[in-house]
This record gives sequence, C-alpha cells and structure tokens, in this order.
Amino acid sequence: MSPLKIKKGASSHSAYDLRDPHAEAIERHTLAVVVDNEAGVLARVIGLFSGRGYNIESLTVAETDHTGHVSRITIVTSGTPSVIEQIKAQLGRIVPVHEVHDLTVEGPSVERELGLFKVAGTGDKRVEALRLADIFRVNVVDSTLESFVFEITGTPEKIDAFAELMRPLGLQEVARTGVAALSRGDGAH
Amino acid sequence: MSKTQMTGAKMVVQALKDQGVEVIFGYPGGAVLPIYDEIFQQNQIRHVLVRHEQGAVHAAEGYARSTGKPGVALVTSGPGATNAVTGLTDALMDSIPIVVLTGQVPTFMIGNDAFQEADTVGITRPCTKHNWLVKETDELSNTIHQAFHVATKGRPGPVLVDIPKDVQFASGKYTAPKAARVSHYQPPVKGDIETITALVEAMETAKRPLFYTGGGVINSGPAASTLLRELVEATGFPITSTLMGLGAYPANGEKWLGMLGMHGLYEANLAMHDCDLMINIGARFDDRITGRVQDFSPGSVKAHVDIDPSSINKVIRVELPIIGDVGHVLEDMLRIWKSRGRKTNGEAVKKWWAQIEKWRKVDCLAFKQEGNVIKPQYALSRLEALTKDHPSRYICTEVGQHQMWAAQYLGFNEPNRWMTSGGLGTMGYGFPASVGVQMAHPDALVINVAGEASWLMNMQEMGTAVQYRLPVKQFILNNERLGMVRQWQELLHGERYSESWSSALPDFVKLAEAFGAKGILCSDPADLDDAIMEMLNHDGPVIFDCLVTKHENCYPMIPSGEPHNKMLLGEVSTKDAIGAKGAVMV
Repeated sequence: MSPLKIKKGASSHSAYDLRDPHAEAIERHTLAVVVDNEAGVLARVIGLFSGRGYNIESLTVAETDHTGHVSRITIVTSGTPSVIEQIKAQLGRIVPVHEVHDLTVEGPSVERELGLFKVAGTGDKRVEALRLADIFRVNVVDSTLESFVFEITGTPEKIDAFAELMRPLGLQEVARTGVAALSRGDGAH
Repeated sequence: MSKTQMTGAKMVVQALKDQGVEVIFGYPGGAVLPIYDEIFQQNQIRHVLVRHEQGAVHAAEGYARSTGKPGVALVTSGPGATNAVTGLTDALMDSIPIVVLTGQVPTFMIGNDAFQEADTVGITRPCTKHNWLVKETDELSNTIHQAFHVATKGRPGPVLVDIPKDVQFASGKYTAPKAARVSHYQPPVKGDIETITALVEAMETAKRPLFYTGGGVINSGPAASTLLRELVEATGFPITSTLMGLGAYPANGEKWLGMLGMHGLYEANLAMHDCDLMINIGARFDDRITGRVQDFSPGSVKAHVDIDPSSINKVIRVELPIIGDVGHVLEDMLRIWKSRGRKTNGEAVKKWWAQIEKWRKVDCLAFKQEGNVIKPQYALSRLEALTKDHPSRYICTEVGQHQMWAAQYLGFNEPNRWMTSGGLGTMGYGFPASVGVQMAHPDALVINVAGEASWLMNMQEMGTAVQYRLPVKQFILNNERLGMVRQWQELLHGERYSESWSSALPDFVKLAEAFGAKGILCSDPADLDDAIMEMLNHDGPVIFDCLVTKHENCYPMIPSGEPHNKMLLGEVSTKDAIGAKGAVMV
C-alpha cells in the first residue's frame, strides 16, 4: 500500500495521486530536521506529513541549543524513493527549518530509542522476566513485589524484540520515546 | 534613529509605510480597532473598505499580481480571519505575495473561547507560506518586516501576522526595516552553471525543442519576461505557456503557440507531446497540464527551472533540474548560449515548425457565430477586437468555462496583465481582484470576464467599486448555468444536470442600478459591438450582462486521464470521452 492507501496498480487514481503507481519499493528513512524552536514549528512539520499523506513511524523533538533556541526533530518515515525526496524538499520549504539531513543515505549513523516496560507477575514468570532483562542489559527503575518497570535503550529492533519476550511474562504497559539519531564520526549534521 | 517607542497599533502603520505600502484592503472589527484608529489619523496609506474579508484578500492578490509588489489586507479576529482563508489558499496555490494582518483577542484571553476568537495561526498554518502570532509589542515591527521578506523572497506566497489587541495598545520599541533582524530564510536565486550549460548543449542539438513557461516567469519580474523574449527570438524555438504564465511571451509574438493544458490549444499540446527537448521555465507540471502522467511527453528530455526545490521531480522526473530564480537562470542561459556561438539545429527546427504549422491549420478555436444568440467565444473575440489596442488593459476572470475561453480568445502581450485563479480555482476571485487591480492602476481599463454564477459569489464588492469610483467592467457571460460543471455532467454523468442551474438570477441591470452603477444587457449578436463600446466609454463601474448560448462546451479539451494526443476538438462526438478511470479525476 502506498502512503495514500491506494493499492499499487489500482485504476482509481485521481489526478492528485501524483506518484507512479508502479514505483519502487518502500524504504525507511531517518531524517534529522534542525529548526528554530519557535511556537508552532512542530505543528508545521506534523501538518506537512498529514496534509500530504506521508507516514510518520516515529518522531522525537527537543531543544538541543538553549542559547540559539534551535531544536532537532528526528523523524522516521517510510515511502518510495521519490516520496522520500519530496518529503525532504517539502521540509526544506518550511521557513523556520534550517537543515534537513537524511541520515539513512548520508553515511553511517547511530539510532537509539528508550523504552519503559511495566511487567507484572509472580513466581517463575517474574524470575524469567528479570533474567531476560539482565541479558538485554536492561535497568530496573521501579519494583514492587509483583511488578517491575524496566528501562531499555537500544535500536527500535532491540526494543521490539524485548517487547515480544515480555508479552507472555505479564507485560502491562509500554512507553517508547521514538528514535534519536546522529551520524557517526567527526562532523555535525 | 532606528528604535523609537510607540504603540503596537502605530507600529503597524509605521511598518507598512516603511515597507512602501500605499494601499491596504480591509474590514474593521473589535480586535483591530486600535489599528483602524491609527489609519484614521494619517493620509499616507490608503485604506479600501471591502464588503467581505474574502474580497479584501482577493483584492490584495489582484493588486500584487498587477504590480509585482506585495498586496496587504487587514481584517479582524475570528470571522474576519476565517473569511480570509480562501484568499490565503488561493495566493498559496498561485504563489502570490500578500501580507494579511489579523486582529486577535488580547493575549490573556487566548484559549478562553473569547468573543470572536479563532485559532488563526492554527487555521492558516497550512494555507500560508508562514504565519506569526505576535505576543510582545517589542517583536511586532520586526515580525511585520520579516513577513514582507518571507512573502516576497524565494517562491512568493501569502503570510499572515496575528496581532492580539493588547499588543496593539501596549507601547514598545519600533524597529525600522533596515535595522530589523535578518531572517535566515534566503533561498538561492542562481542556478547551477553546469546544469545550465548542459541545457544549452541540449538546445544546440535539439530537433524538436519547446519552451513551456509558467507563472514563475511573471513572479520573477518584468526583466525575466524580457530575457525570455530575447531567448525565444534568438533561438527561434516555439513557446507555450500555462494559464499562469500568459503574457510573459507576447501572444502576438510569432513563436507563440498559445496556452497548453486541459483546455489548451491543439498545436501547443501536440507540441508538448512530440517535442524532444522540453524547457520548463517557472511552471510546475500541474495536473491540468500533464494529463496522464505516464504518457506525458514520452520522447522528450526535460529541463525544469524552478525556484522551489520541492517542485522538481514532484510530478514528472526531469533530466536537467535547475533550482533558481527564472530571471537569473535565463540570464545565464542566454550568456552561455551566446558565448558558445548561438547554435541551434536549424534544419531540424525548421521541420519541427512545419509540423507545428500543420497542427495550427486544424484551427482548434474556430467557431461559427450563427443565429440570434451570442456565442461566448464570439463575445470574447469581439471584446478582444475592441480592447486589444488599449494601452493598459488588465483582465481578471472568475473560474469556469468563461475563464478558459478568456485564456483562449484574449491575447496578452505584457506580463502582469492577467489575473486569474489558477491553482485553487476560486469562483468569486475575479471581481474583488479587479478592484485591487484598479486601485493600483486608476487610469487603466480593468475588465473582469465572469460567469454569472461565479460573479454572484462576491457581488457585494459592487459597493466597494462604487464607493471608490473604480470603473471596473464586469463582463458577465451569462448562460444561466454553472457551465463547466454542466459540461462535465454532459460528458461524464449522462447529461444529468444535477444542481448546475442558475435559477432565480437577479436582473443584472437593475442590480447595477441598485448599487448606483451602470448596467448593460446584451442578447443579440448584432448589438454586441455597440454594447461593448458603451461599456468601455462609461466612466464608472459597469455590469455587462451578456446572454450567451446556454449549452456551449469549452474545447479543445483533454479528457481527464488521457494524454495530450487524445484531445477532443469541438463539434465531434464526445460521448464516452472520459472513461471510468478519468471520471474519478477532477
């Protein structure tokens, strides 16, 4: 399914479905968007994605330069290569946007996400949860006699894997931050 | 002295003066009273009282498009701001620089559902290039200067500054434009020289080259049009243009093929389909132009000059993308082409022209005026014949069949003479736009070619035209139908004319008289010339009610979902012209 939820090759394309219906495969890209931290800037970015039918898989934002009032928005999105190019160009048009970087294509990068997991149980299940948490190098940040809150940091895939393991062991709630990412090596983008 | 203490309201007026604003279009209300009080106490800026806020924004658009300067509108909070939304969206789609100032409830009441409160910056975020809510009087003048900068730099567009009433009352420091903080928003204007050189090389060898130009040439300023003309004449390549770009190259120029697109000329569309080098200058491959994207100009190498990187490869993949201002890029193109010896593939281009001449012979705009009912094409041909020599003629239109006929039958020899709602297709645009044009050019001949249905959408502006003695000519092609809707219902929906009738129409002559203007009714082709002359000779606003054929279709037409070489010409069978695939398109 394309981002507009129109099946590939379907005949009912309106004039506004401007994508090649037989386009290439869907790719996942991590974008770093450096913006002025002014009122409404996040709404502009999100509005762009919803208004033009793009996907957001995850989005994180925080001010990264308190003196210059600059924020960094990390967006994980997916689409065909032409859609990804269009997303970047559209982001670049937003007036308070300074820079748009596609970390997926601009060389190696690191991605990290933080997850909090509440797992409740007693007996073997509780022991197994703690044992697995140890294997994943997860911190216990809250504990009662019948529950844990685990803190895990890693790639989204690692967090997914941990979630799968916790599910049969009494997983009650999950909170995830979404991805923060930086390029590897010397030099800023 | 760049910083002076004054109230926010005074700052607004001062900032507008310092930005060189001469006219603003507006409508007062509770949340802008302090600004109106300042307007009352000065004479430098002229305020035009419209009759509806939508009219204010379209008038500002008309002003902007006919002068190349940003248009300014001032409206109140809540309903004033929401009424401005259509105009803002229209300006965004057509890249028109306008600055809209809105009043807002005082900062301490924002979010309380106060009287006439609306989340103006929230509502207008997707329909402006940028917008601001000003919470500190100290920031107000800076923000207004920024607003003018953003509206006019790069790809132009509408901006909005929302000003709470307490910010207008409070005192703060005024910053003059020169001392204002410079925005980091500085889109590059120079194109990549390597790509421009590659384009020039392609121009030297192309067998079937074609210029396809758009509103970007107009927006770049008159110098861009001059350069375009020089380049076209020097290379001898044919040129066509979108609806938005009419006038950049003169309609009486010999390389002119006429407008292209859904209702474009046969020769222009077939040239697009068959060319081997397409040079897109300041157009955006709109869906009205491309038809079926997969079959769009299949054999051509395409170059695209656009100041907005997001326009490139959005719809059509191009081999030679050039991001830059049209004027700058044209200058470089000409310079490089000349320095390389002014070469073209002369023999092949001659053959190309011979082919184009064959297409021209089809004479796709031919029509027969017979019987005693005026054909809309005839009305516009006569209007053209009787006004084309006027030294300063400006044409506005509403949206629909009449708009396409105007684009086909009227010739534009200068830029900034043609104001029409292209991207958004806003019925009700033309009349207020004509008010804005006439304010900018008091001695010009300003005609709004309209359909009766579109015209009624903003007819309240008759009050404005009469109050300011604006001699705008409202040339209404009255078929008592929503003509374009009816045409599509005929072609697509089995002639079931659902709600596309203009019932209970007013008597337009009496309507004009009720407003204190002149009304002219014409229904006989034999009377048409005299009636048009009467309209032209009247010094004041005129409503011209031209009764035309009721079921006339606008041709040529590329049916939705079809490529350029599947055009329909008039007087041919159009049954099932649009397949099920095309039916879902607009």
